Amino acid sequence: MPKKMHITLNVNGKEEEFLAEPRELLIYTLRERLNITGPHIGCETSHCGACTVTLNGKSVKSCTMFAAQAEGAEITTIEGIGGPDNLHPLQEAFKEHHGLQCGYCTPGMITRATKLLEEIPNPTEEEIRFGMAGNICRCTGYQNIVKSIQAAAAEMNAAQEAAE
Amino acid sequence: MKDEITREERVDNLKGMGCSRKRVEDARFTQGKGNYVDDLKLDGMLFGDFVRTPYAHARIVSINTEEALKVPGVLAVLTAADLEPLGLHWMPTLAGDKQMVLADGKVLFQGQEVAFVVAEDRFAAADGIELVEVEYEELPVIVDPFEALQSDVVLREDLVAEDGSIPDGAHGPRKHPNHIFTWEAGDKEPTEQVINEAEVVAEESMYYHRTHPCPLETCGCVASMDKVNGKLTLWGTFQAPHAIRTVVSLISGIEEHNIRVISPDIGGGFGNKVGAYPGYVCSVVASIVTGKPVKWIEDRMDNLMTTAFARDYHMTGKIAATKEGKITGLQCHVTADHGGFDACADPTKFPAGFMNICTGSYDIPTAFLEVDGVYTNKAPGGVSYRCSFRVTEAVYFIERMIEVLAIKLNMDAAELRRINFIRKEQFPYTAALGWEYDSGDYHTAWDKALKAVDYDGLRAEQAQRVEAFKAGKTRKLMGIGLSFFTEIVGAGPVKNCDILGLGMFDSCEIRIHPTGSAIARLGTISQGQGHATTFAQILASEIGLPADSITIEEGDTDTAPYGLGTYGSRSTPVAGAATAMAGRKIRAKAQMIAAYLLEVHDNDVEFDVDRFVVKGAPEQFKTMKEIAFAAYNQAIPGIEPGLEAVSYYDPPNMTYPFGAYVCVMDIDVDTGVPEIRRFYALDDCGTRINPMIIEGQVHGGLTEALAVALGQEIAYDDMGNCKTGTLMDFFLPTAWEVPNYETDFTVTPSPHHPIGAKGVGESPHVGGVPCFSNAVQDAFRPFGNTHTNMPHDHWRIWKTANDLGLHG
Repeated sequence: MPKKMHITLNVNGKEEEFLAEPRELLIYTLRERLNITGPHIGCETSHCGACTVTLNGKSVKSCTMFAAQAEGAEITTIEGIGGPDNLHPLQEAFKEHHGLQCGYCTPGMITRATKLLEEIPNPTEEEIRFGMAGNICRCTGYQNIVKSIQAAAAEMNAAQEAAE
Repeated sequence: MKDEITREERVDNLKGMGCSRKRVEDARFTQGKGNYVDDLKLDGMLFGDFVRTPYAHARIVSINTEEALKVPGVLAVLTAADLEPLGLHWMPTLAGDKQMVLADGKVLFQGQEVAFVVAEDRFAAADGIELVEVEYEELPVIVDPFEALQSDVVLREDLVAEDGSIPDGAHGPRKHPNHIFTWEAGDKEPTEQVINEAEVVAEESMYYHRTHPCPLETCGCVASMDKVNGKLTLWGTFQAPHAIRTVVSLISGIEEHNIRVISPDIGGGFGNKVGAYPGYVCSVVASIVTGKPVKWIEDRMDNLMTTAFARDYHMTGKIAATKEGKITGLQCHVTADHGGFDACADPTKFPAGFMNICTGSYDIPTAFLEVDGVYTNKAPGGVSYRCSFRVTEAVYFIERMIEVLAIKLNMDAAELRRINFIRKEQFPYTAALGWEYDSGDYHTAWDKALKAVDYDGLRAEQAQRVEAFKAGKTRKLMGIGLSFFTEIVGAGPVKNCDILGLGMFDSCEIRIHPTGSAIARLGTISQGQGHATTFAQILASEIGLPADSITIEEGDTDTAPYGLGTYGSRSTPVAGAATAMAGRKIRAKAQMIAAYLLEVHDNDVEFDVDRFVVKGAPEQFKTMKEIAFAAYNQAIPGIEPGLEAVSYYDPPNMTYPFGAYVCVMDIDVDTGVPEIRRFYALDDCGTRINPMIIEGQVHGGLTEALAVALGQEIAYDDMGNCKTGTLMDFFLPTAWEVPNYETDFTVTPSPHHPIGAKGVGESPHVGGVPCFSNAVQDAFRPFGNTHTNMPHDHWRIWKTANDLGLHG
């Protein structure tokens, strides 16, 4: 058995340090080692996006990345995006526009959407549909997810303008 | 006492039936605080996983677990030999068959469970699985049910007597060792006579391919046997937790009061999570053996290859009509591929589910249906993927037969439907195959749908397009897909619906707290449908307390009343009815309390939104909140303290939601790519509880219909290898492939349901599949196409165009 590796991560603003086998996948590090269970496992082949996290500023599917590959990375999961006292506009919008049903894809979906709106603050419907195509939802048919993201974008842009 | 707010405001404050109340579930889910079974972590918890066979049909010569047991972290490896002394190497299926928990001498489909490795974590389990040595002796593989019925190769030796005779199965006589049952409905001879004497007969054979519900969360469980107090707790992805408890008790011998089954949040079900799987049994046994909690979670490949496929129906039909298009008779034969074990999840008396709703929305006087179930070397299942027990197959069949008949008659398919619809005044309508449709107004719905899409305009545009295509001005054809469906949901009346002998009633128990809030518990379990939101709305309207003050709880068999769970769109028709009825019991007692407090006779007060008022003197009233407090703090002569009620509801009939769908599609004949330009969906689900949630269900159901019609498939090669075991090969549409849908509705309440609701979750899937398929077929109708089989993926559409000579 290969030697364990020394890994340090910053997850949702907190420094984490541990020894892990080289084959430990990042999703298991998050879910089982760090008890961060927002990101889910849906396919283990990078198709469904339920495990999406933000890693060094990029949307990453944590089910197909080794924890060792993430050495030194800054990671944000749904838990780091907003909580009861500071909901992110996307979290509000998904509630308001019925952008979820079973909730299983939702953490990955919202996490990806935060990056999408950073990349394109005022996306067209086509840009949203293309930009979210790495995240599968089996319940909603996406129509209300698109609506939620549009609403959040409008909300964030209005807040931005008000601040300027 | 004067009111400070209007009656309308009081109604709004309740957030009762009919309003688009925002979902109470969403705060948790949007913050990553859902509680799914794989999120569960218990002290000392172990992880179990399966050694699975790569062969579809083979004898097991030997299993050697020695090396696996040497792997650090591996604690045990279970095989059938270990389970046999407990009588647990086989388990009963919901369809009256039995299924191997672990391979007992042979395997019958690729991916079948052979051994269960129990380890300290999933990585150690995976290492152990690698080192279990299984020696197989390959046997001839049969993946075609027609071949199975001719073959000398016996798949299930356990179902053949020593003298070679074939004992009856759970559903009567069997014709061949690989035959499971023949099931009939309707009248054979009169139907044959009608068809023989008809002016026009259209015939077609169609294959409704094998697919899979594939919820985003796979199946799994955690079993924890507490040896100190003898109690087993089983958390899992169960769409029917109470039934699972009873099944576990029956097969394990553990008394039912010592078993607690908990369905936590479920990440989608769609029928995948109704049945009992070997993983559940092995986890329970492993927990008993090790004395520790044991978790088992499928990976995606396990899920697609082994638990709960859907459809796989080979259907042939004959439809008879007059020259004017009045349908006179319908005949249907199905060869149903059930795989290696008959593990369908249908009510006991319905081995082909509700396939006998296949006369659809039409007044067809004579009909006959025959279904033959067959064993093959494919995964067991046959579940209702977002539908009520094979109604998807039935509706696909009739909605294709109508189109085929329209072609034969050279008639417009919309008009053919219209002249054959069951008329409004015919309800309640008894169909030729036995069902009594409760209510409907099909003509109104159809006219509304056709008008909304400007049907005549679409047909004119389509004709122009055909001319342009023939003139070489375009390479895109236009298809107009129609479907009109009648669902049959809300199973079901205990007199004819049971699963393993358990009547398919459902239940609700309500406790009103002294300060005027409440908790209600139900026998169902949400998998995304939003029960915590909508059932509170039903109660708010029934008992006059705000929905925001009512907690809904499901899924814990220690606290919830017994019920048969959530599938087949049965929650609203059955548990929703139980909720209303329990609410009415609360209200009846509240009326007595109110009369006492107001010092009048019981009959002199009446319910008004959130209170009881003295008849003719509405300024004299007691609110439900006041009544709730009085129930706990006053000694009222003749009335027990407290305010609680429970109702077990046995529905008098099924409910029959219906809908009218139109899909407009442009098809590139050179690439085979279909582009959905428009999709209009009118649903009539009776009384509408939460329009926002209904619309969401329709969007989702249509998207699953799109998937099934346009590409989603579980396919096998001749060796029985599953070719679609990952999401690389198994089509789940993304946001990029899915259109926006237009939703609409009419309201025809169910006359026998307490609030008139019929259920909606599965309608869009049931009606959507034929609509998408009909759009593809319709595009090629001007060029001689009558029928092509689903899934209409790009290759198959291209092939259709090619076969019709459209590539020049």
